[in-house]
Amino acid sequence: MSKQSSSRASAAIRASLKKRYARERRFQWYGRLAVLIGFVFLFILLADIVSKGTPAFTQHYIRVSVELEPDVLGIERDATRDQIFNANYLGAIRASLRAMFPDVTGRKEKQQLYRLLSIGAEYNLRDMVLKNPGLIGHTSEIWLRAHAEAGSYLKGQVTADLPESDRKVKDMQVAWLDQLRAQGRTESRFNTTFFTQGDSREPEMAGIRVALYGSFFTLLVTFAIAFPIGVSAAVYLEEFAPRNRLTDLIEININNLAAVPSIVFGLLGLAVFINFFELPRSAPLVGGIVLSLMTLPTIIITSRAAIQAVSPSIRQAALGVGASRLQTVTHHVLPVAMPGILTGSIIGMAQALGESAPLLMIGMVAFIMDAPAGVTDPSTVLPVQIFLWADSPERGFTEKTSAAIMVLMGFLILMNGLAVYLRRHFEKK
Amino acid sequence: MMERVQQTDTAGIGDVKRPLDIREHVERADYQTIGEPFSGDAKMTARNVNVYYDEKQAITNVSLDIGRNEVIAMIGPSGCGKSTFLRTLNRMNDIIPACRVEGEFALDGEDIYGADQDTVLLRARVGMVFQKPNPFPKSIYENVAYGPRIHGLAHNKAELDEIVEDSLRRASLFNEVKDQLDKPGTGLSGGQQQRLCIARAIAVSPEVILMDEPCSALDPIATARIEELIDELRENYTIAIVTHSMQQAARVSQRTAYFHMGKLIEVGETKQIFTMPKHELTENYITGRFG
Ligand SMILES: Nc1ncnc2c1ncn2[C@@H]1O[C@H](COP(=O)(O)OP(=O)(O)OP(=O)(O)O)[C@@H](O)[C@H]1O
Ligand SMILES: [Mg+2]
Repeated sequence: MSKQSSSRASAAIRASLKKRYARERRFQWYGRLAVLIGFVFLFILLADIVSKGTPAFTQHYIRVSVELEPDVLGIERDATRDQIFNANYLGAIRASLRAMFPDVTGRKEKQQLYRLLSIGAEYNLRDMVLKNPGLIGHTSEIWLRAHAEAGSYLKGQVTADLPESDRKVKDMQVAWLDQLRAQGRTESRFNTTFFTQGDSREPEMAGIRVALYGSFFTLLVTFAIAFPIGVSAAVYLEEFAPRNRLTDLIEININNLAAVPSIVFGLLGLAVFINFFELPRSAPLVGGIVLSLMTLPTIIITSRAAIQAVSPSIRQAALGVGASRLQTVTHHVLPVAMPGILTGSIIGMAQALGESAPLLMIGMVAFIMDAPAGVTDPSTVLPVQIFLWADSPERGFTEKTSAAIMVLMGFLILMNGLAVYLRRHFEKK
Repeated sequence: MMERVQQTDTAGIGDVKRPLDIREHVERADYQTIGEPFSGDAKMTARNVNVYYDEKQAITNVSLDIGRNEVIAMIGPSGCGKSTFLRTLNRMNDIIPACRVEGEFALDGEDIYGADQDTVLLRARVGMVFQKPNPFPKSIYENVAYGPRIHGLAHNKAELDEIVEDSLRRASLFNEVKDQLDKPGTGLSGGQQQRLCIARAIAVSPEVILMDEPCSALDPIATARIEELIDELRENYTIAIVTHSMQQAARVSQRTAYFHMGKLIEVGETKQIFTMPKHELTENYITGRFG
């Protein structure tokens, strides 16, 4: 090539370089913009959930001087336990409230006054008295749970600036609550109810206990089914199955199965396990089976990838000293692949934990107040509980929804963290 | 225990097996191996071996004996089928789905591709050391103890300890690692790892050891250690070694086989092959004209 033409070529390259670099820079900016937009939306979402959900972790209590005289409770002085159980606590509480605000006389006003306290207050009081019958015959200062609407005023979520028609706490109640607060008769406490109670129609009494138990049992079933089956299938397909049409077909179908909408698994569960096998409805057992079908492809695919990634030299080494194929797999391949398998399984479990659609199909939406004691008891799960609460109009449930989402996300982060930890931990070895 | 199995097996085999006629083999081949591929006291025999990967033929009509307590070196240009042939001797080719092996193989007269031949037992008798050191990602102790344990060669911990120590000593590694037997084998240097792999191979008391370029990943000092080791091991074992180093073949082996494009061109006394090769291809190769 002549000198002239080569210099012409380099001039042409130089001219095109500028364009190429500009294009590259532009592309980088698109990328950064995309990441930024993603982060902004994520941040807005998280900020919204956290700001809405945080108040649900506290709850207000009101201190009331309750006169626990036998004639108020409608019992004898030497009442039996049964009588104490059935005593008129509601009456006692109402009488006490009336005594604290003697100028309330009208029927409507009284109703308003009673609504300062939770409907569950009488049961809390009953439990206290049952535990300590010595309270009978005395007047005691007792902390009782505030009604959700009163609570949201005390939390500052609703202010008196709003026109009265736009809020559920009425002007009268606001005045009483202000008075109570001034007397030091109100207190904000950590909301243990949220974790120790099942669902309820009253927001201040509703909790995620049933959903937590349900999610736990469901995942237990899912793991117990999906992990052994998934890993065995992966081992068989990777290490033993011949490569032919049939195994190709199976492989394609496993990949397709991973893309099936989860609600389809719910329909399957309904048709097969509940209608045909007559397994109990709403139970973690069926939920777990359905979710294990959903997570199986994930576990199989990730396990196969992990097994494939094990260096063939390790297999050769084991076979070379005379290990059988099964020994090679169980003694050498699986231990090396285990971190990858566990990571995949945990991610599959995390998916299952966040799943609601298939569980709606098998009736895990029932309103359940008592925590399940086993996998066959009716139950609900966290995402379904969130779905149910999100549907309720009361302000108290809005914050509960966000709080439950926070708990669910906490578990998801925990599980993903565990997966990352396992991977790091084993990689170091 | 090993010996007993061997005896019972050979007892039944002798009358089943048809003695092979050397002339028949030579006539059938479309080429002739020059030199002496057969041995008076053969530990392993391979006759009319053809190996295919799918349609592609990697070994063409090779017949070769490996003599008892000898070191035989296999040399030849890259891709000529040395590893493929070596792997047929302990059926490591079985795990390659595309690979098809034809021919007759025997270990002490016993057919090793027979229907009743157990590959697990065969590989315990014919051990293998690979090109790249491949210790298990387990402790040094576990690496060596694994084989004896799965074969039930030790009856208690003390016996196992003894096998491990003895194997490491014979692989001249014991003194370097005796204080760190519980450390991972993958943490050793390349040369130490390869000696560990040799210790692992001899721990199951094989009769034959196949080595596929055992020193290609090692520096000259580590290589020298392993060559010494091979010399010592010859007393008790039969060794087939694939190597790219002519010097190594000359130093460690008694017989040398030269492969070329899947064919066994020439076999003979190592000294003769390196000083007076009979075939032109062999001469070209050892004088460095190609390869
Ligand atoms: N697993 C395999 N699948 C398909 N073909 C293979 C496979 N292994 C080896 N071959 C082919 O068989 C022929 C012989 O290969 P082999 O590995 O035995 O050569 P080699 O003499 O050991 O070479 P090198 O000295 O480079 O190790 C080569 O042409 C190679 O392409
Ligand atoms: Mg090779």
